[in-house]
Amino acid sequence: MPKEYKTPMLDELEKGPWPSFVKEIKLAAKKNVMSNDLLGLLERSYNERLGHWKHGGIVGVFGYGGGVIGRYTDLPEEYPEISHFHTLRINQPSGWFYTTEALRTLCDIWDRHGSGLTNMHGSTGDIIFLGTKTDELEPIFKELTEAGFDLGGSGSDMRTPSCCVGPGRCEWACYDTLQRCYDITMKYQDELHRPAFPYKWKFKFSGCPNDCVAAIARADISIIGTWKDDIKMDQAEVKKYAENGVDIFNDVVLNCPAKCMKYDGDKLEINNNDCRRCMHCINVMPKALRPGDDKGAIVLIGAKAPIVEGALLSSVLIPFLNIDDDEEFEDFCDLVEEMQDVWCEEGKNRERVGEFIQRVGMGNFLEAVGVEPIPEMIAYPRDNPYIFFEMDEDEEEEEE
Amino acid sequence: MLDVMKDRITDIGPPDFKEYLPPAVKKNYGQWKYHEILEAGVLVHVAESGDKLYTVRCGSPRLVSTTSILFYTEIADKYCDGFLRFTSRHNVEFLTTEFDNVAKIKAEMTEYGNPVGGTGPSITSIVHTQGWVHCHSAATDASGVVKAVMDDLFEYFNEMKLPAKCRIALACCLNMCGAVHCSDIAILGIHTAYPRIDHENLNKLCEIPNISASCPTAAIRPATVDGKPSVELIEEQCMYCANCFTVCPAMPLADPVADGISLWVGGKVSNARSEPKFSKLAVPFIPNNPPRWPEVTSAIRKMVEVWAENARPYERMGEWIDRVGWPRFFKLTGFEFSKMHIDDFKYAGLSFKRSAQITHE
Ligand code: SF4
Ligand code: SF4
Ligand code: SF4
Ligand code: SF4
Repeated sequence: MPKEYKTPMLDELEKGPWPSFVKEIKLAAKKNVMSNDLLGLLERSYNERLGHWKHGGIVGVFGYGGGVIGRYTDLPEEYPEISHFHTLRINQPSGWFYTTEALRTLCDIWDRHGSGLTNMHGSTGDIIFLGTKTDELEPIFKELTEAGFDLGGSGSDMRTPSCCVGPGRCEWACYDTLQRCYDITMKYQDELHRPAFPYKWKFKFSGCPNDCVAAIARADISIIGTWKDDIKMDQAEVKKYAENGVDIFNDVVLNCPAKCMKYDGDKLEINNNDCRRCMHCINVMPKALRPGDDKGAIVLIGAKAPIVEGALLSSVLIPFLNIDDDEEFEDFCDLVEEMQDVWCEEGKNRERVGEFIQRVGMGNFLEAVGVEPIPEMIAYPRDNPYIFFEMDEDEEEEEE
Repeated sequence: MLDVMKDRITDIGPPDFKEYLPPAVKKNYGQWKYHEILEAGVLVHVAESGDKLYTVRCGSPRLVSTTSILFYTEIADKYCDGFLRFTSRHNVEFLTTEFDNVAKIKAEMTEYGNPVGGTGPSITSIVHTQGWVHCHSAATDASGVVKAVMDDLFEYFNEMKLPAKCRIALACCLNMCGAVHCSDIAILGIHTAYPRIDHENLNKLCEIPNISASCPTAAIRPATVDGKPSVELIEEQCMYCANCFTVCPAMPLADPVADGISLWVGGKVSNARSEPKFSKLAVPFIPNNPPRWPEVTSAIRKMVEVWAENARPYERMGEWIDRVGWPRFFKLTGFEFSKMHIDDFKYAGLSFKRSAQITHE
């Protein structure tokens, strides 16, 4: 007979209009003793205002270094069912599309081998199976792979890449986010499963500058769609938006960061040469305006959260890449590998590539990976005169 | 054990997404023309072919049981040819080509407890982390705070009455698994007590040079304590980031009284109008007050309301603050401004007001 826990604190969080995670834990607890003990432990945390999990130990499946996060409660005597409560990260399909059949298979595996609790999805984008015992890891892994699923990344490896819905259901996708996310994931399975980097290495693919997967804030390599030619415009539809109450002058023209739009109350004009491809006007009038036809992606590098040396946003590395083209994609992969090598060689333990670039200097980094510096990479040139001049031999001789 | 090691498959990667795309998506892949928001939580995407695809977006607690996932599959089998998807913000979406199905999906999902909304100028699901449910680092819970905040802001989920979208995210410690640092409103768990050094076990559990190297402010020095190799802490230099704890379990910081929540405001990742930007400190510390964290929910409501009242259409929280200035933000919210709000880490000077353009509040 599983223990019955009184949970007045958590019960309070079953009320209210927003979906309740407490309801979910209770649903799982009906079928599963681990989830039942989790309920008891969590109520205790609510009372004590303190978590009760220990630092993860090293657990995993044979031959993999990532994908499982070890977790143990610090109160194993009182909550024995969750003395082990490890997490599995399972690589999601691109764009988080599923057949119901696949979901049922996953649920069946998890109900038989784990807590029955999941995150759909985790912050990394993976399917998270929340809580199981060490002995269950190999059986789960076997059943998962037989069903066509595999583990995602964790620790100092390539993390599970993720992408926006892109061409699957978004008219603004400037490249095939779903496909390229899948391609990168498949190409770097070894890097994903066997940590060999100084720290984590994340890829995120957004189809346009709206950046729905927060690539610029979260990924070491951020790939964001853009276009080169003119915004496609349907003046008749512009008129309709105006008739339906869109204040085109105030809400569209005045909000344009490039100040490149004109509107005379009848016709909308865009100076595409100055347009920054910010997406604002297109977002406001999706029926009237669309990205151009010459589409591709911007590659940016170096974003991270604050730990260790402070938060960074990614910055431009390649201003335009026709990433849907297989040859250009291969060149991009070569560059990725070059960067990996330089960072692995010179990077310190727990130093993300963004921090590494801060330390050695972007100029030196570009040189090391063989990319030419161009003005697209900067917001402005340096405003301090502490320049490390590098004169080549010939020049020095001329000076003498 | 032998059994499971037999015929073991590895490195197959995720399933090919193409097998999981609904027929209407497959057919119109990359051929979408435009979309419209029909009502809060309901979209229609129209393809070049003229096909229409309706999406019903439902809120989710992110922490979901297999029981609920199986319920979602029933809905998808009934109305969506056996396909469904999730969004980058943990919502579950049902895609159907039949307009008549929209109301039915909406009714059944709402009935089950997953309301429909989160499109356009609204507040959608809060991206968040594990908290007390599953993490050793947590300075607060994640799911509970999110539930309390979303219950309070629910009117902004199922109606679209804000100037622009407002993205809220929560991370329960500075590791920021959810990378919340570019959100309109970021809820961040924060420790305010020094690590407690377990001199007895430190040398057994951890590598001393690694611990020293882990500290961003060089607050940790190797030292011998009671004859044992250990470390000492220069307390004035510690800002409770828990980096040392991440590399060494013998330096825990969690504390029922000193742990709590900080609130950050005005970040964004989208490039629309203004460039992406970090969230900035609004409220440095609110003690944990489970189960409903009322001080947190009311501070967030305050920010949402002053923004909604004062911003221009399409102006995100940070864009509004950039236009009217931080003095106005602090005046309207009534949040106390203190020494803690002024940056003193690297490049701090960049955040000082370096001009004579000033408003008088
Ligand atoms: S990032 Fe752009 S292309 Fe991708 S889903 Fe968002 S709006 Fe669409
Ligand atoms: S995309 Fe942005 S920069 Fe370009 S015209 Fe539209 S609003 Fe202006
Ligand atoms: S943000 Fe911190 S406490 Fe929360 S899940 Fe991540 S590491 Fe754990
Ligand atoms: S908590 Fe952070 S600042 Fe304090 S000693 Fe540890 S690593 Fe250094």
